[in-house]
Amino acid sequence: MSTWSRNNRLPALATLALTLTAAAIALIFFYAPLDEDGLNQKIFYFHVPIAFTAYGCFAWGGWKALRHLWKGEEGADLESYVAIHLGVIFGVLTLVTGSIWARYRWGHWWVWSEDQLVLFLVLFLFYCAYFMLRFSVPPGPQRANLSAVYALFGVVLIPVSVLAIRLSERFIHPVAFDKGGPNMAGSQFFTFCVSCAAMFSLAATLYNLELVGKRLDMRLRELREALQ
Amino acid sequence: MSTEEKYVAAVYLIVFVVLLAYVLIIALKLQRLERELAELVELAQHKAVAVG
Repeated sequence: MSTWSRNNRLPALATLALTLTAAAIALIFFYAPLDEDGLNQKIFYFHVPIAFTAYGCFAWGGWKALRHLWKGEEGADLESYVAIHLGVIFGVLTLVTGSIWARYRWGHWWVWSEDQLVLFLVLFLFYCAYFMLRFSVPPGPQRANLSAVYALFGVVLIPVSVLAIRLSERFIHPVAFDKGGPNMAGSQFFTFCVSCAAMFSLAATLYNLELVGKRLDMRLRELREALQ
Repeated sequence: MSTEEKYVAAVYLIVFVVLLAYVLIIALKLQRLERELAELVELAQHKAVAVG
C-alpha cells in the first residue's frame, strides 16, 4: 500500500461517506417517487442498506477470522472484532428502523411469525454473545482463536437470514428483489443504490476509525510496558 | 406533522443519534489516548534526565 493511501485513507473515506450520505438523503426526499406505501416507504432507503451493511460487517468479520485461523495474519483478530462490533451497531439500527416501519405499516412493533425478522434477531443475538465469549477469556492467542472460530460459525447464519424470505411460503415482509430483478421503479432503484453506497462507505469509515484507535491503544500499552 | 411523517423523522433521527453517539465514544477514547501519550512522554523525559 502506498504511503499516500495509508495516510489519507480515513479522510478520503470520511469525505466519500459524507458526500454519498448527503446525496442519498437529497435523492430520497426530492427525487425518488412515493409508491403505494406512502411516505413510510422513505424508511426503506435507510433500513435495507443498513441491514445489508450489518450482513457485510458480519461477513467481513468472518473473513478476517478465517485469515487469522488459516494464515495467522497479524492484526486479523482485531479487524474481525471491530467488524463484528460495527455489525452489531448496524444490527441494532436494522431492528429499530424495521420496528418503526412495521409499527406504522402492520400496526405491530414486531411479528414473531415472520421468519426473516426472527432469523435476523437470532443472527444479531448470536453476534452479541460473541462479546461475552471474547471478554470472558484473558487477552492472548487463546482468546483470538476462540473468537475467530465463533465468528466463523456465525457466517453460516448470514445466507440463511438473507434467504429466509425466499424459503418461507407465507410472508408479509416486503420483497425488494425477486427473480425478475428489483421490485421498484428505476429512480427508486438508483436512490436505493446510492443509499447502499452511502451506508457501505460510512461503515468503512467507522471501521477504519475504530481500528486506528484500537491500534494506537495497543501501541501505547506496549510503550508503557517498555518504559516501566 | 402527520403520524407517517413522525415515524419517518424518528427513523432518520435514531440513525443520526446512534452514529453521533458512536463518534462521541471514539472521540472520548482518542482524548484518553492523548492524555496517556502525554504521560508517557513525561515518563520518557524523566528517564532520559535520570540516565543523562
